[in-house]
Amino acid sequence: MLELFRFPGGVKPVSHKEASAAAPITRAPLPKLLVVPFRQSATGAATIQVVAGEKVLKGQIIGVAEGAFGSAVHAPTSGLVRAIESRMLPHPSGLAAPCAVIEADGEERWVELSPLDPFDSDPEIVRAKIKDAGIVGLGGAAFPSHVKAKTVIDTLIINGAECEPWITCDDRLMRERADEIVSGAIILGRLMAAKRIFFGVEDNKPAAAAALHAAVGGMPPPSPQPLSREGRGAFHADAQTIQVISVPTLYPAGGEKQLIRVLTGIEIPYGKLGPDFGVQCFNVGTAHAVARAVQHGEPLISRIVTLAGNFARAGNFDVLIGTPIDALLALGAPLPDTDRVVMGGPMMGFTLHDTAVPVVKASNCLLAMSPALFPPPKPAMPCIRCGACTRACPVVLQPHELYWYARAKNFGKTQEYHLFDCIECGCCAYVCPSRIPLVDYYRFAKSEIRAREREKLAADLARERYEFRQFREEREKAEKAVRLAAKAAETKAKLAREEAAKVGAGETAIAGEPGNTETALAGEPGNTETASVAPVNDKLALIAAAQARAAAKKAAVAPQNTAELTPDQQAQVAEAEARRALIDAPKDSA
Amino acid sequence: MALGAVVLGAALGFAAVKFKVEGDPLVEKIDAILPQTQCGQCGYPGCKPYAQAIASGEADINCCPPGGEEGIRKLADLLGREFKELSGEHGIEKPKSVAVIDEQICIGCTLCIQACPVDAIVGAAKQMHTIIADQCTGCELCLPPCPVDCILMVPLPETLDTWKWKYPVIEIKSAHHA
Ligand code: SF4
Ligand code: SF4
Ligand code: SF4
Ligand code: SF4
Repeated sequence: MLELFRFPGGVKPVSHKEASAAAPITRAPLPKLLVVPFRQSATGAATIQVVAGEKVLKGQIIGVAEGAFGSAVHAPTSGLVRAIESRMLPHPSGLAAPCAVIEADGEERWVELSPLDPFDSDPEIVRAKIKDAGIVGLGGAAFPSHVKAKTVIDTLIINGAECEPWITCDDRLMRERADEIVSGAIILGRLMAAKRIFFGVEDNKPAAAAALHAAVGGMPPPSPQPLSREGRGAFHADAQTIQVISVPTLYPAGGEKQLIRVLTGIEIPYGKLGPDFGVQCFNVGTAHAVARAVQHGEPLISRIVTLAGNFARAGNFDVLIGTPIDALLALGAPLPDTDRVVMGGPMMGFTLHDTAVPVVKASNCLLAMSPALFPPPKPAMPCIRCGACTRACPVVLQPHELYWYARAKNFGKTQEYHLFDCIECGCCAYVCPSRIPLVDYYRFAKSEIRAREREKLAADLARERYEFRQFREEREKAEKAVRLAAKAAETKAKLAREEAAKVGAGETAIAGEPGNTETALAGEPGNTETASVAPVNDKLALIAAAQARAAAKKAAVAPQNTAELTPDQQAQVAEAEARRALIDAPKDSA
Repeated sequence: MALGAVVLGAALGFAAVKFKVEGDPLVEKIDAILPQTQCGQCGYPGCKPYAQAIASGEADINCCPPGGEEGIRKLADLLGREFKELSGEHGIEKPKSVAVIDEQICIGCTLCIQACPVDAIVGAAKQMHTIIADQCTGCELCLPPCPVDCILMVPLPETLDTWKWKYPVIEIKSAHHA
C-alpha cells in the first residue's frame, strides 16, 4: 500500500454529487444547429479551414492548431456550414469570437478515420495524433494535451479526484469507460516514458475506483516493443507500474499540485510545475479522449457534461461540442425558480451571461442555481485578519495580504506574495467570516498584470521599431551626405576638366592631335554625361541628365520599409492588395 | 503566466538585432516607463528625447498623455518626486486606438509612411498603403500629412486575449460605521 501525503489547507464543502451521479451517462440528442468556437484551448485558437456553404463530415477538421499552443477543432457532426461568424462564447467576459455554425444533416456521416497502433508507432506520431485530434485538458483548464505530453517524466498521474462539489462527469466516465481511460493512460505514459502511473480518485467515488481497478487488472500483457527515441515507448503496463489510489476527499484534492503532493509527497515550490519534478497530470476525461483518438482515430468532438443543481433530472450527458447549452439544459428539466446557470462548479465556475452559448471542450458541468439552493451572498465586511484564509489555502499563500494588495492595486506586491501561484480554488473565500469575494480580487489583479505585460511587450516592440527607424534615417542621411559630397567633388573635377579641355583644345588645335580630349574624358569613371557628350555645349543632353539625377534622388528618398517584411506583414499587404484589386475592378470596367 | 509570457515572446520574436546604443542608465529607466507611443505630444520628437529631457531636468514628469496617470505615478516613484496631474496643455489620456487606412480613398502618396515613427505603414508609391495593426502605437502622426484624409483612428476592441476581470464592486456592510 502506497503511503499517502496530505496537502496543506483545503476545505470540505458538502459534495451534492448523489443526484447527478446516480444515472448512467445519456447521449444528448443531435441538435439541429451547432455552434463550434474556433478557440477551444486555453492558450490559442485554430486557423479556420472551412467557408460558409461548405459541406462537412463528422470529425472533419475545420480549424488547424494555430502555433505551438493552439488546438485543432473538428465538425461534431455531418452537415452544412451555415456561417463562419462571431458568436458569444461561454466565457466570463461574455465576449464573442469566431465560430462555425453547422446545420446538422442528421446522417452523422464520419470522415474517414485513421487509428494508430499505439504500441507500434513512433511516440512523435502518437503525439501528433493527439494534436490533430484537438485534445485539451477536459478537467476544465483546456490546456492542449500534446503540449503537456511533450515532457519526459517519471510519474504520470491520471486525475480522477473530481473534488469540486456537484460535478460527477468524471465519476460516471470512470465507472462506465474505465477500459478506455486506462488505455489512454498507458498511451500517455508510454509517450512520456513514465515509469509508473497513478490514478488518483477521491474516496467518495468507490465505484469509480473499483471500475479502474478492474480495468487495470484486465490489461493485456505488456507489449514487447523496442525502445524508441529518448527511451520513450518503454512503458510496460502491469500491476507494479499502474496503481489506482483512493485519496481522502478534501477540496481541492484534484488540483494538480495537491494531487501530486498526496500521491508522491513531492512539494512543488512557487513558480514551478509538475514536470520540473518528473510528474505530469492528465484528467481522466483527457485520457479517455486520447484513447479514442489514437486507437479509433476519433477527434475530440464530444464530452461528458454534468447537469447539476436546480434540475428535475440531474445527470450526465454525452454531448457534442457546439451543442447550444439551452438545448442541453432542457434535458435536465430545470426547475422554474432557476435564476442563473454556472459553467463549472460552485467553487471555481462562472455565471453564463447567456445560455444560448455552445458547449465547449472546457464545459464539465452546468450548475443551475436558484435563490433557495444558492442564497445570494450577504454583504461583505472588512477583513479582520483572522487568518482563516491562510489556514485554508492549499498553496500556502497569504490570501488576506494578496487581497489587501490587489484591492490597493499594488500589483508588484501581489506578485511578491506569489499571486500567480494562486489556483483560484476559492478555499479562502469559502472560509472567510467577512464573506469577502477574495478570488475576484485575485482574478482582477492577475488580468491587470497580464495586461501590463502585454503593454510592455508592445512598448518594447515600438521602441525597437522607433530606434530602428532612427537608425535608418541616420544611415540614409549619412548616405545622402556621402552622395552629395561625391557629387560636389565630381562637379569640381568636371569644371576643372572642362577648364583643362578648353585650354587643351586650344593646344590641340595648335598641335594638330584631334581626339585626345575624348579619350581622356572617357577614362574618367562615373562621368558618363560628359563622356557621351562631345565637348560641345549640348543643352538637351544636360536636361536629360538632370532629369535622371532627379529620378535617382527621388528613388533614394522614397520610403524603404517595404523591404524585409515579415511573412505576417506580407500577408497583410497581400490581403490589402487583394482588397484593392476588388475596389479597382469595378472602376476599370465602368 | 510565465507560459503566457513565453508565448507572447515567441510571437514578437522580430528583429533579433538591437539598434540600441547604450546610454545613460537614468534615461533608459525613464524610457522604460514611457509608453513608446512616439506621438510627440510631450513636445519632444519621441519618448527617448522626452526621457532625456526629464533626466536633465528640462521637462516635467506630467507631459505624456498616453502614459496617463499611471505613467506619471511610476515616474514620480522612480525619481522620488511628488505625483502631479497630467498637464492639460499636452493632451488627454485616450483609449488605445490604432490607425486604419480607408483603402478606397488612399492614393498611395507615401506621406503617411514618412510620418510614422515606428514604420507601421507599408506600401510603395502609388499603391495603397496598409497599417500593420500590431505595430501601430496609435500616435496619430499619420493623420495630418494625409492629403485625402483617409486615415481614421479606431479604438481597439476588447478580445478574449485582452479582456480583463473588473475591479470587484462589493457592498462593504460596515464601511460607513467603521
Ligand atoms: S479569512 Fe477573511 S477576514 Fe479572515 S483574514 Fe482572511 S480575508 Fe481577512
Ligand atoms: S483561491 Fe488562491 S489564495 Fe485562495 S485559497 Fe485558493 S489558492 Fe489560496
Ligand atoms: S507624449 Fe508621446 S512621445 Fe512623448 S513620451 Fe508620451 S508617448 Fe512618448
Ligand atoms: S500608423 Fe499612424 S497612428 Fe499608427 S503608429 Fe504609425 S503614424 Fe502612428
